[in-house]
Amino acid sequence: MKVTEQDVAYVADLANLELTEDERRSMLRDLNSILDYVDRLNELDTSNVPPMAQVSDRYGVDEAKQGSERFTYASREDVLEGLRKSLPHNEALANAPDPDENYFRVPKVIER
Amino acid sequence: MNPVSLTIDGARSAVQERKATAVALAEAHYTRIQKEDGQIGAFLTLSKERAMQQADRIDRMIAEGKPLPALAGVPVGIKDVMSTRGVRTTAGSKILEKYVPPYDCTAVARLEAAGAVVLGKMNCDEFAMGSSNENSGYGPVRNPRDLTRVPGGSSGGSAAAVAADMAVFTLGSDTGGSVRQPASFCGVVGLMPTYGRVSRYGLIAFASSLDHIGPLTKTVKDAAIVLQTIAGRDPMDTTSADVPVPDYVAELDKPIRGLKLGVAKEYFGEGLDEEIRAAVENAIEKLKGLGCEIVPVSLPHTPYAIPTYYLIATAEASSNLARYDGVRYSHRALGVKTLSEMYRRSRDEGFGPEVKRRIMLGTYALSAGYYDAYYLKAQKVRTLLTRDFDSAFAKVDAIVTPTSPTAAFRLGEKSNDPLSMYLADIYTVTADLAGIPGISVPCGETREKLPIGLQILGKHFDEGTILRVAHAFERAA
Repeated sequence: MKVTEQDVAYVADLANLELTEDERRSMLRDLNSILDYVDRLNELDTSNVPPMAQVSDRYGVDEAKQGSERFTYASREDVLEGLRKSLPHNEALANAPDPDENYFRVPKVIER
Repeated sequence: MNPVSLTIDGARSAVQERKATAVALAEAHYTRIQKEDGQIGAFLTLSKERAMQQADRIDRMIAEGKPLPALAGVPVGIKDVMSTRGVRTTAGSKILEKYVPPYDCTAVARLEAAGAVVLGKMNCDEFAMGSSNENSGYGPVRNPRDLTRVPGGSSGGSAAAVAADMAVFTLGSDTGGSVRQPASFCGVVGLMPTYGRVSRYGLIAFASSLDHIGPLTKTVKDAAIVLQTIAGRDPMDTTSADVPVPDYVAELDKPIRGLKLGVAKEYFGEGLDEEIRAAVENAIEKLKGLGCEIVPVSLPHTPYAIPTYYLIATAEASSNLARYDGVRYSHRALGVKTLSEMYRRSRDEGFGPEVKRRIMLGTYALSAGYYDAYYLKAQKVRTLLTRDFDSAFAKVDAIVTPTSPTAAFRLGEKSNDPLSMYLADIYTVTADLAGIPGISVPCGETREKLPIGLQILGKHFDEGTILRVAHAFERAA
């Protein structure tokens, strides 16, 4: 087994999940079964292979240009009201579970 | 004229020639939805007010004799991962049960600007994570061909609605096969365009380097018409490509004689259902009969696609889904004392089991000590998979494969085994990883009358060729 109960607790903590006892048990089983399966990637020698994070750094761009030069078409003027106007307060807060007049309210962060 | 069996062309000409008003077309579809959708479950939200306003606008344009846009009066359903201003958008998740977006997804805005009438929002797997639509927070969708079976996923509602004539066409999203696989399960056409061809602005993010918006339609021509409308650079999405949009409909009628079609043995190996194999081989023979040259190609890294996909997609998802914190617009747990407790309990209550599983896997793959072994390794194999396609496309114009190794399976059949569910995407994830376009077109039925899909993969930004091959096949079938 690659993943232990401690790992599940640690990763849940990183992911801001609590998980019930039952969920932790099934997570332990499922993560181990999936990680066993993905282990087959180690059959491949990738020591000289560059990683690919995006498709758009290879296609639909001017291949003659390098680095950020390739994406100059994607840049825009840095103006206050550019492509999209800022949302009015009431719209920005409309979906908030606990809005104040101008703010998102959350439980107390700092104990004093 | 049956108002609910029309194609896009049919619906638009009915409106143009005043055989039906846009309002009447929309109403006919709502009547159909009311009658059929109780047992199918394809729609999550109906947007009647918005639909009727738009239909009314189209009818006034006709009365005033104005020229009509390409999708005038055509009723459409939108997968619920695309934001619609003023219309609830849940992504199939309880965590967004009450979310009403303040803006429109670019693809939806372009459809409406072209005259389409948005009927409502389609059920899907939660955050598009699934291959059967059983992971929706709002109940499963059933396959209109056989209600005991799944419609595929994650765009299950989008595929089922088109198959059951509840919408002329729908939009879906494809991250690992979520447009093409449900299209094949329900017997409709599903197109995933090249990565960057269609703006992702307003698409709720699952895995940003893999997410694509694409249409599900009754015909290949309809898919070309929709792509024409939604494709093209959008300054709101920096990954949307600055590549000119050709006339896809004009491409359809170019001859396919002489085109080289690749067939890769890696897509016909273990796990492929015999009936599917027979139907796809038969389809390949038919394409040969239409004058295409069939060329064997090799895509040797295909067996590594699913593990690569599940590491990259979950890593990106774990980052993208961090935004659901219960502060600004998602579900918040009640009775919590601290901020940290609020985050945890809200996410625990709001996310379903598959979403939690993927967040956990992705977080693990990105965590200190495992990043190189899992995430970076997967990114390198992604390069190898993409190079496979580069070499194959140096020899052929398109590649033909089955869309899915099986026809639609039964509800519950795979829901307890995540890994077996992941393998349902074995022939579709490769195109998402490489960013190439793919289309699924019906190519027959099993003995149990379940639809089978033929997948045609193309070069980057060469949707024209795969649409042309699919169109010729559809007409000959």
